[in-house]
This record gives sequence, structure tokens and C-alpha cells, in this order.
Amino acid sequence: MKLIYFAWLRERIGIAEETVTPPASVTDVTSLIEWLKGRGPGYALALAKPEAIRVAVNQQYRKGPAPIAASDEVALFPPVTGG
Amino acid sequence: MAIVRVQAADFDTGAELDALTRGRRDVGGVASFTGLVRDFGGSGDAAMTLEHYPGMTERELEAIAAEAVQRWGLQGVLIIHRYGRLQPGDRIVLTAAAAAHRQAAFDACMFLMDWLKTRAPFWKLEETGDERHWVEAKASDDDAAAKWAK
Repeated sequence: MKLIYFAWLRERIGIAEETVTPPASVTDVTSLIEWLKGRGPGYALALAKPEAIRVAVNQQYRKGPAPIAASDEVALFPPVTGG
Repeated sequence: MAIVRVQAADFDTGAELDALTRGRRDVGGVASFTGLVRDFGGSGDAAMTLEHYPGMTERELEAIAAEAVQRWGLQGVLIIHRYGRLQPGDRIVLTAAAAAHRQAAFDACMFLMDWLKTRAPFWKLEETGDERHWVEAKASDDDAAAKWAK
């Protein structure tokens, strides 16, 4: 699974993207975020408030219970501030 | 006709608006919005860096443009958004809607910006001297976008 991070999430986690193989218990966006929190202090800091995080699966917005698969590109980022 | 561009380079607002209606006889009016970098620091050394999600950004902007065309029956729609490091006074974004009548053009142009603000994956980093911070999303932008819910 390809993970991509943007803005302050990227800075707190310390990398822009990575490829991961989560355990079988990770089946949706909510469980992915919970699993990522345990990967280190940067992740825990970046993901402390899941309600402040927006998620795109294969470049489309998704919310908590949305299912994810190993072949997906999952992006995590703060609420957008363009324009 | 929808034109969507995401680019680091500046754009020529007048030339872009001319191109939108060149050779057309069915357009009654064009409404446009140009967004600029404000000097948020006030100390003269402010800079703004826009980060984006290549691929998804274009996809979201194209969906917003298509929605505007469908809702207002536009003859043309234009969205140009820059990324990278910008200075106060620099252009950030241009949206324009070409329609037979002014009301559709005004409404569609406002809709383009309201949806872009809450959906297009861009993030602003403001820097003043040694200080830097990521701009926070505003609840008022969510409220503005919610006005257009069907």
C-alpha cells in the first residue's frame, strides 16, 4: 500500500511517502490511522486528532469506514487551504 | 469547454480571459476572480508556499469545473491555480465563467472559488522571517461551500 502525506502531516511524520504492508486487521481508513499511530512519535503527533485529517483513497476523498486494499494509494493530509 | 491548469508559472489574466471567449458569438458575459498573495506579515519579508497533490488536484478541479458547467449551462469555464513559492502581490488563482447572461456567470464564478477552497488539495505555508506556519482551514469557507449544496 502506498501512503502519501502532505503539509504538516508530512513534516511531523518526516517523509513524503512510503510503501507499507499493514497487518490483516487494517481493513479501512480508521484502522489504518490507528495502526500508523503506533509506528513512532512523529506518526503519533501527526495523527493525534483523526478528525483533523482528510483522507483520499486512489485520489478520491473517503471517510473513516471506507475500505482499503493493498493495491491502494492512500493520502493523508490536513483540511485544504488553496485559493 | 473547461480549461483547468495547475502550474508553477505566473499567468496573464487578460490573455487568459480573452482566450476564453475568442471567436465566440454566444457568450453574453464573463465573470472572473483573481486571487493574490496578501502581505500577511506586514514586515516586508513574507512568502507563501503552496503545496499540492499532483494528479488529485487536477481531478478535483476538473470535477468542480464540470459541475459548474452542468449547473449553469456555461459556455466556458477556466480554472488556473499556481503552486510553489510566491511573494505578496503574486497571482495565485484565476477562475472565470462565461455564460449567456450575467447572473449565471457571477454565480458560477463564486461557486468555483467556494468549492475550490474546500475541495482542491492545496495547502498554504506562510513564512515571515524565521517564523513559518501552515494556514488553517476556515469554518467560514465550509459555510460558503455549503451554500451550494443541492
